[in-house]
Amino acid sequence: MVEVALHHRYDRDGFALEAAFAAPPRGVTTLFGPSGCGKSTILAAVAGLLRPRQGRVALDGMVLLDTAAGIFVAPERRRCGVVFQDARLFPHLSVETNLRYGLRRAPREAEGPGFEEVVALLGIGHLLARRPAGLSGGERQRVALGRALLSRPRMLLMDEPLAALDAARRTEVLPFLARLRDAARMPILYVTHALEEVDALADHLVVLDHGRVLAEGPVAEIALRTDLPLAARRDAGVLLDCTVLAAPEGGLARLGFAGGELLTTLHPGAVGTRLRVRLRARDVAVAVQEPQGISTQNVLPATLAEIRPAGEPQEVFLRLAVGPSTVLARITRDSLERLALRPGMPVWALLKAVTFDHRVAAPPEHAP
Amino acid sequence: MSLALTPEEWQAVRLSLEVATRSVAVSLVPAVGIAWLLARGRFPGRMLLDALVHLPLVVPPVVVGWGLLMLFGIRGPIGGPLHDWFGIRLVFTTEGAALATAVMSFPLIVRSVRLGIESVDPGLEAAARTLGAGPMDRFVTVTLPLMSPGILAGAVTAFAAGLGEFGAVITFVSNIPGETQTLPLAIYSATQTAGGDATAARLAAIAFALAVAGLLLAELLARRMHRWLGRA
Repeated sequence: MVEVALHHRYDRDGFALEAAFAAPPRGVTTLFGPSGCGKSTILAAVAGLLRPRQGRVALDGMVLLDTAAGIFVAPERRRCGVVFQDARLFPHLSVETNLRYGLRRAPREAEGPGFEEVVALLGIGHLLARRPAGLSGGERQRVALGRALLSRPRMLLMDEPLAALDAARRTEVLPFLARLRDAARMPILYVTHALEEVDALADHLVVLDHGRVLAEGPVAEIALRTDLPLAARRDAGVLLDCTVLAAPEGGLARLGFAGGELLTTLHPGAVGTRLRVRLRARDVAVAVQEPQGISTQNVLPATLAEIRPAGEPQEVFLRLAVGPSTVLARITRDSLERLALRPGMPVWALLKAVTFDHRVAAPPEHAP
Repeated sequence: MSLALTPEEWQAVRLSLEVATRSVAVSLVPAVGIAWLLARGRFPGRMLLDALVHLPLVVPPVVVGWGLLMLFGIRGPIGGPLHDWFGIRLVFTTEGAALATAVMSFPLIVRSVRLGIESVDPGLEAAARTLGAGPMDRFVTVTLPLMSPGILAGAVTAFAAGLGEFGAVITFVSNIPGETQTLPLAIYSATQTAGGDATAARLAAIAFALAVAGLLLAELLARRMHRWLGRA
């Protein structure tokens, strides 16, 4: 468990950080927010690269920073593996020497995956003799991941590791991040402003804005909140953990989730593969009678649980209970009145099979 | 006119190379220290130190030589004890010529090393910290290799400039053949001597060739180092 409580103020621009949260002992805790919300400052303070005015950082009960008690553990003794946005590989050392840099300095008794294992995990065996200058952006970031993991850290800190890469490189590195997450038996703090990385990697979410924590909790729960700035995004919606029930036939794969099944044009992999899909609220339509003669593939019986205001006055969010799962739909107030929707009403949630984003979104292996 | 150097002329060339080498050897480590303080240090008097280091660039060399004579003369505040307690005499010696040359070329090395330090991305040092490297460890394994092109450039420049140091040397240690008469001093003496034109021409040609060779070597080494550092 990572406990973080920080108070910091930059004299330069008066930016104030006042944040406290706790991250579970395993899995990815994502610090999510717009640029300048203080998420990278938090990571730097946890790593020890920034000394906050006041604060306390503890990892599994071991205090790394406590300004009240005058404790400041130097970064080189914190054993936080950091992956920076710009990789920061040592340009004068080969890939292999870079990878071994932290390993050679790790305490003898520290446990962790071995060199060969990490190299295989990240697919960088063919790069070992090369210099960082000769690598692509994605390769560099994979080596940086390996270097951090091989330093036998107690915790991994990732500061927007994909932000400096183009879309193609991001798609290349993301699966490796997911593999690393599943292999690393330690807490991971992951800073990002990209929702797709949250969807693909996060277990726990800390939503930040203007140096403050707006919300904190399991990612699926936070996705349901309609009172956060997240809900104003075009891609706001719930996350459903699914299992592939049937491989694509006729171009459609069948996914099972708690409460029903979904047909999708995604290529999610073999039967039994688990993945997380985002159902954008604006892509979910609602009918009060079972629709007939409609192209929409997914027509799920549901109960209207709650009506909530959306950011726009002419729109509302509907919380729909589909079995034990909840789906958010975003509709107009006009439709709400036209259909005379009231909480408790049985409805049908309509979801097109083509609405799902085509990307690999492996969920945490210990997902509920 | 014969192109072959006389033994006396060879002596001046050898002496110049020796003085320049010793001056660089003496000043390199202090120069790295001072450059580090100027580049990374945050202390009162940093600007004063900066000005002090650069003084030899702007003060007439003769004045620097005179200052050294005052300080390191056998009755000077430093030269006196050196002579009385350790039997070390710098005035009129090759060591003195190296000292005068080192003082004159010191700002050149410091400037170059400082540029080298400033070219090192502090983010790489921070990365080394998070990987468990303490202060000395990161200096040796990250900072020093990355700033080495600056050190090398400074050393080569100081060496090349040191070959030609005149004013401070002649003022501090005089013009003694075989002891303090370096290449420029020998050229000066030749021009003051009847029939010394051929000697002056030969030595001038050598000085020119050494300077050009020094520049080429510096360029070549810089390229190699940048390739080694992966900066292409």
